[in-house]
Amino acid sequence: MHKIGVFVCWCGSNIAATVDIDRVVAEAKVQPGVVFAKDYQYMCSEAGQNIIKDAIKEYGLTGIVVCSCSPRMHEATFRKAASQAGLNPFMVEIANIREHCSWIHKDKEEGTEKACVLMRAAVAKVTLNTPLKAGESKVVKRALVIGGGIAGIQTALDIADAGFPVDIVEKNATIGGRMAQLDKTFPTLDCSSCILTPKMVEAKSNENIRLITYAEVEEVSGFVGSFKAKIRKKARYVKEDVCTGCGVCMSKCPSKKGLNEFNMGLNNRPAIYIPFAQAIPNVAVIDSTQCIKLNTGKCGLCEKVCTAKAIDYTQQDEFIEEEYGAIVMATGFRPIDASKFDEYSYSTCKDVVTSLELERIMNAAGPTGGVLLRPSDGKHPHSIVFIQCVGSRDVSGRGKPYCSKICCMYTAKHAMLIRDKYPDVEVHVFYIDVRTPGKNFDEFYRRAAEQYDVDYIKGQVGKVWEEDGHLVVRGVDLIANEQIILNTDMVVLATAIEPDPTARKVANMLTASIDTNDFITEAHPKLRPVESPTAGIFLSGVCQGPKDIPETVSQAGAAASKVIGLLCKDKLTTNPCVAHSDELLCNGCSCCEKVCPYGAISYDTHLINDHGVKETRRVALVNEALCQGCGACTVVCPSGAMDLKGFSNKQIMAEVEAICL
Amino acid sequence: MQAISAKIIERAKELMREGTVTKVAGWKAGEFFYDAEPNIFETAESLDGLVYNRFCAANLSKYMIKNSAFESAGKVLVILKPCDTYSFNQLLTEHRIDREKVYIIGAGCEGMCDIDRVRALGFKGITGIDEKGDGKTLVVHTLYGDGEVNIDDVLVNKCEFCKGKAHKIFDELISDNEDEGPRGDRFEGVRALEAMSPEERFAFWQGELSKCIRCNACRNACPACSCRKCVFDNAASGVASKANTDSFEEKMFHIIRAFHVAGRCTDCGECTRVCPQGIPLHLFNRKYIKDIDEFYGTYTAGEEAGQRGPLITFTQEDREPNSVSDKGGN
Repeated sequence: MHKIGVFVCWCGSNIAATVDIDRVVAEAKVQPGVVFAKDYQYMCSEAGQNIIKDAIKEYGLTGIVVCSCSPRMHEATFRKAASQAGLNPFMVEIANIREHCSWIHKDKEEGTEKACVLMRAAVAKVTLNTPLKAGESKVVKRALVIGGGIAGIQTALDIADAGFPVDIVEKNATIGGRMAQLDKTFPTLDCSSCILTPKMVEAKSNENIRLITYAEVEEVSGFVGSFKAKIRKKARYVKEDVCTGCGVCMSKCPSKKGLNEFNMGLNNRPAIYIPFAQAIPNVAVIDSTQCIKLNTGKCGLCEKVCTAKAIDYTQQDEFIEEEYGAIVMATGFRPIDASKFDEYSYSTCKDVVTSLELERIMNAAGPTGGVLLRPSDGKHPHSIVFIQCVGSRDVSGRGKPYCSKICCMYTAKHAMLIRDKYPDVEVHVFYIDVRTPGKNFDEFYRRAAEQYDVDYIKGQVGKVWEEDGHLVVRGVDLIANEQIILNTDMVVLATAIEPDPTARKVANMLTASIDTNDFITEAHPKLRPVESPTAGIFLSGVCQGPKDIPETVSQAGAAASKVIGLLCKDKLTTNPCVAHSDELLCNGCSCCEKVCPYGAISYDTHLINDHGVKETRRVALVNEALCQGCGACTVVCPSGAMDLKGFSNKQIMAEVEAICL
Repeated sequence: MQAISAKIIERAKELMREGTVTKVAGWKAGEFFYDAEPNIFETAESLDGLVYNRFCAANLSKYMIKNSAFESAGKVLVILKPCDTYSFNQLLTEHRIDREKVYIIGAGCEGMCDIDRVRALGFKGITGIDEKGDGKTLVVHTLYGDGEVNIDDVLVNKCEFCKGKAHKIFDELISDNEDEGPRGDRFEGVRALEAMSPEERFAFWQGELSKCIRCNACRNACPACSCRKCVFDNAASGVASKANTDSFEEKMFHIIRAFHVAGRCTDCGECTRVCPQGIPLHLFNRKYIKDIDEFYGTYTAGEEAGQRGPLITFTQEDREPNSVSDKGGN
């Protein structure tokens, strides 16, 4: 005999303004199985929860329906309240009459009708609920950070400081990421290397941190508290523990045609190289596509000159398998390919460069030794035009719809640095808007415009072309309402940033959801910004959305604190709403196994007693610890053998029927 | 086709005598000459009753589920026409058949004959149909004398849209005809349905499905409908009793059935062939096949064993938001 209680929340005026609460309560009272219905202004408040607890005890309720906000908001709250009153927490259903109803309806009549429908569906479902019991799972006290840029380094350092071991997996030969390529950082103009390299050294020397560089995560299985990762450590052809980083091999290597990735391809590097002087680990790596020995079998010069005997041409990729309690994505970003924007002649004119390329040109360790020179002829430029929003806030479909957030500030930085060092250089900046929200940001921009006489032009550039050894920029000045044509020596494109292309692959492996722009989705954009909706996966840095260094570092710390909170626990309670298979109905067809994103389904062939008929059959088995309750298996199962606890096919059908009544 | 019939019987006997197989799945003559029906032959002598002619349209793949089950002893020989091999492969993909326990003779096929279409041409008192030997002409014997028809005019529905004469899986081939590739445009009928307004389409299906007598022939013949326990026989499934509530009662049954086989249906055409009411059930399946092709790229279920169908495949390229609308669907 069901004794269902229905509790209708006003949510102040959030629900009550668009839903006739009295009618919902009155209708609830006449639903089959309902013995009690009541409304209250704020059901989630202590007084509201007490109404629920008292009713459970007084009426001996066997199940409750709370008509309130989204279950993502307060399902846990009401389950806890029910549990405190002695009711199994999985006998609680939420009818979302706020997000699904009052917020999207204006007409009170319609809103009320829908609220009643949602209430009826929840009542129909709760009568089929069964008490469920959460299990327990272990927590492996080790974290994995994917990406060794400033985000990954800071997250790892903070986790390590709390005493937990952390592995950083970095796909490049050194940690440091994009920040290592920057010359100065806004808004303080301190040298990027000066603030980053000590952190890199700290990561290297921290005994809780293991750096796995030149490596990629290949496979991840498992679940929060107990992930298993397979990491491919690519062959460096240099023994990491033997190389001293002396650099002799680099100077002797006869193959010098490889593009220097660290300098954005603006100059060349040998086939054996250390990415940059402050690289961590300070160990050489051989570019197998450029190495003469690896390609033809001849040469071997680096092996001969290496006094440490670190060269090993036979090295193979190695695999590391490790268990982790938590995984942090810190996969970072790259600038978009500017050649998509043909009007700026990036692919045809050498003197049209991206901001990150300019960053290398301005850097003392860059291709020009820090002297501002035109890439085409190595001459000093007398005029530079900056074009902002190249591919950002783009509605043409070639770029990105979002604001890349950092370009206004780095362009102001570049403009200011150039005017400071080379006062003879004229600097023009074309902009749509200058966006400077951030501490000391607007002051910084104003300094560029007011003190350094940077010529800010509100408007966009239509075309850039080369003419008689210089560049011509045709744009529009929106304030003067006129077309302008500028002759200049260099053009710098503030290219949009996009998530690193590996992010999608990693996200898929981790079953972390991504948005249309390939940024990783947060569990809640405001309240849970550093967690992925997939339990145990955390987000750090630009992989979640465009951000500058201060923001990245604070997010990295936030992600670390969430990881520490998780690793501090000895046991986790598991979600009991998992799939299970009725072996008498199972065809053994493997459809469920194929769609399971968590690898939770396996097969076993054993003797089955089907109502007296004994047969050996191949049947599905669900690993309840791996199952996340997504329900994909129940949908593909042709015979209905797969079902989800807490969301059974019957419960869903009952809801649909109640809605269609 | 008559020519290879004797060879098939001979070879089946041989395989049975030498002990390679312990039983043979083929067709035996029924009450009438056009009634060839599936049969399991368990002795070499009984194989004299095996027939392979223009009326052996039945797809024998599904019988291999039971005959290759774990507890089933020995190996079974099955005779598969080209179209049947798609179903066989699909069942292999779904782990429903133990390949080790099956020996496949791929039998050449030049199209199966629909006796009702012969009758519709005006023949009465038909006593038998033979082949003329040119692969195209059939000689129709009647009480009133002989006549001739071209096979193309009397093909069963599924052969009208033959997928091709090549076998997708076999241990040995007994055939005397070449693959001519697919025949006709199998999505023609689907396009005609798509061109209708929703009201017209509803009326069309109401007209067709109201004829259904719920004999379950389609379900029983369908190789994809091979669940150990069908949801319609399972009271706990919650859909068993939904199927017959009003005058248009069987629509639920057929729509649910079509969804259950979507992505797994090889378009073998058995559903339509066995329907005693002449309901064009294959149109449901072809609509889903066409949609799958358009959304996810051309895919033929049963083309090879071990395929991963698009409806049960996740790829790195899968996009989260509405991939259907991205590809022009709605």
